[in-house]
Amino acid sequence: MTTALTYPPRTLGPEQEAMRAEVRAFLQKDYAAGGFGRGQEAMARYDVEFSRRWGQAGFIGITWPKQYGGRGLTFLDRYVVTEEALAAGAPVGAHWVADRQSGPLLLKYGTEEQRQRFLPKIIAGEAFFCIGMSEPDSGSDLASVRMSATRVDGGWKLNGTKLWTSLAHICHYMIALVRTSPVNPENRHEGMSQMIVDLKAPGVEVRPVYNLAGEHHFNQEVFTDYFVPDENVVGEIGAGWEQVMSELAYERSGPERILSTFQTLVELVRQVGDDPSEVEARAIGRLTAHLMTLRGMSVSVAGMLADGKMPVTEAALVKDVGTNYCKEVPEMARLICPPEDGAGNSKYEKMLKTATLIAPSLTIQGGTREILRGMIARGLGLR
Amino acid sequence: MNEMRTLILDTAERIFRDICDQALVDKAEKGEWPAGLWQTLEESGLTQASVPEERGGAGGTIGDGLYFLKTASRYVAPLPLAETLIAGVLLAEAGADVPAGPLTIAPVRKGEVIEFSDGKLSGTASRVPFAHGASAIVVATSAGLAIVDPKNVKIDRDKSMAGEPRDTVTFDGASATIVGSVSPDRIWELGALARSVQMAGALEGILAMSVQYVQDRKQFGRTLSKFQAVQQSLAAMAGQVAAASSASDTAIEATEAGDPGVAIAVAKARVGEAAGVAAELAHQAHGAIGFTHEYALHQFTRRLWGWRDEFGGEPYWQAEIGRQVAKAGADNLWKFASRT
Repeated sequence: MTTALTYPPRTLGPEQEAMRAEVRAFLQKDYAAGGFGRGQEAMARYDVEFSRRWGQAGFIGITWPKQYGGRGLTFLDRYVVTEEALAAGAPVGAHWVADRQSGPLLLKYGTEEQRQRFLPKIIAGEAFFCIGMSEPDSGSDLASVRMSATRVDGGWKLNGTKLWTSLAHICHYMIALVRTSPVNPENRHEGMSQMIVDLKAPGVEVRPVYNLAGEHHFNQEVFTDYFVPDENVVGEIGAGWEQVMSELAYERSGPERILSTFQTLVELVRQVGDDPSEVEARAIGRLTAHLMTLRGMSVSVAGMLADGKMPVTEAALVKDVGTNYCKEVPEMARLICPPEDGAGNSKYEKMLKTATLIAPSLTIQGGTREILRGMIARGLGLR
Repeated sequence: MNEMRTLILDTAERIFRDICDQALVDKAEKGEWPAGLWQTLEESGLTQASVPEERGGAGGTIGDGLYFLKTASRYVAPLPLAETLIAGVLLAEAGADVPAGPLTIAPVRKGEVIEFSDGKLSGTASRVPFAHGASAIVVATSAGLAIVDPKNVKIDRDKSMAGEPRDTVTFDGASATIVGSVSPDRIWELGALARSVQMAGALEGILAMSVQYVQDRKQFGRTLSKFQAVQQSLAAMAGQVAAASSASDTAIEATEAGDPGVAIAVAKARVGEAAGVAAELAHQAHGAIGFTHEYALHQFTRRLWGWRDEFGGEPYWQAEIGRQVAKAGADNLWKFASRT
């Protein structure tokens, strides 16, 4: 009777702690030199110059083979690098998607020519990628994508619209999921393909979509007779669905799912001081206990990836529990340290405000709570 | 997992599956000692899995004993297995031999002190688990660790909401020998760890029961498992159960490595919270049948509701962690949380 999903504790080894020391030293030096501003929801915040320095220090694509400029290290090493960057509140948004999923996708399904063309530039922090999956009528129901690719001499012609594309306005490339043949009602997952789109080429217009805080984070891209050469097709024509599913496995359980509002907790601790009341101590202790538990689960999933497993359901569960936790942080903070009480710590108030404003997105992006729980239910054998 | 642990857990699983059923738990709650189950476990060396061979045990690690306890709790075994484990650990740490039979520990509540002077004990310990029927009570006294024969003390019987014995033990005048030293918070800490592990096991039990139930029960012409509302609810429950299991396993591993640090506090706080949420969801999934005595769910949920408050409930351990975080300071929060 073992239906429960298990997360065997994974101890990070001396190699990972050496990597942690290297990352911390870089971040401290870079921050001290005025290199970056700390913030929350770090993967939505970007600083192109920071990403370049980060890449040149060797922190992008560290799991990739050395022949492309990577370090050939494990998922656990990558875990340490990313969690340190997020805990420091560094603006990692520009290179985030390329490092997390576009590069691994090209390594798994791309051609040798594509790997040589893109991976060294990603590693150097000079090529940024965005995710071309959602469309105006395709959110959670990804199989309903409509953007069409029609065969033309030497490549494909794209027509359609992508939406909710994070940071497309600063990215060089998008990996777009498109329909290369019409929908087969018997199997909706057939007929999709993935293509690398150069966002600076003619035929695509990138328009801003401002979020509820008035910030320009995501975009809409309108493609009109946009030409994709054959050499930019990723993997097999028609195998797009399977490729996208494998890409999403990397997306769900990382430290970004548990640290999105971490700076609010940091400033709350500062606000409360070293002699907390019983109520303050309980609230901080509760949020810390949740964080430490989630981190253990998240590291465990990274260990499964390092062992070559595909922990899709385990990762979905970490994202569900983790993003709900991230939303609880500002809600609990405001109850024990009300911002209107003239607390006076402007940094606390700023973090609390941004955490409150980004909170709704956390359980929507990268798979909504409902989709994730559907996946977990399937893992339990209920569907 | 090493070979010894695999053997321990496989043996335990088989014994509990064969013997520890709903009827046995029911009888135990009514006061009938499950002698057969105890004897089988003891003969297999499981009740003292963590005790060194030279002290009378099976020679396993504390982790072996705790993972055995988790397995036992998936079947809500109605025995003082946690208490026997803790007593054995305390005695072995003090350099003393461990007696056979079911053991218990005292005191188990903050603020209760058992004094020792001139070879005699004085003081009262309340809510002592399974005191009557224990072959020995291991007591952390003001002067060190003592082994006390239950025949020499006054025991007033009571029960927890799960029907587990929680007795008041009056030690006044009982003779005892100090067998070694013990730090004042050791029982409290090991108790919190053991209850976290027990809750994690019982939580896995109620998740399995709930998943099975919604696949069996039909309403509106289909099984409950086909309703999205039910699926979403059980997925939320799975999240709580996974978090509880992870937190308690982490505390086990940290304890085994000899450096529990804040891991026990984190486990008790996190698992206790999961127990409340998941028990509520399990009952909701089961509907009216889960509220009856006839159906076994309550044997798990009543224990979860009781265990979460013993050896410090969530507020106690949350505040403990919170004070440590505050003392470390905001700029060290990440180092604290990542234990680096």
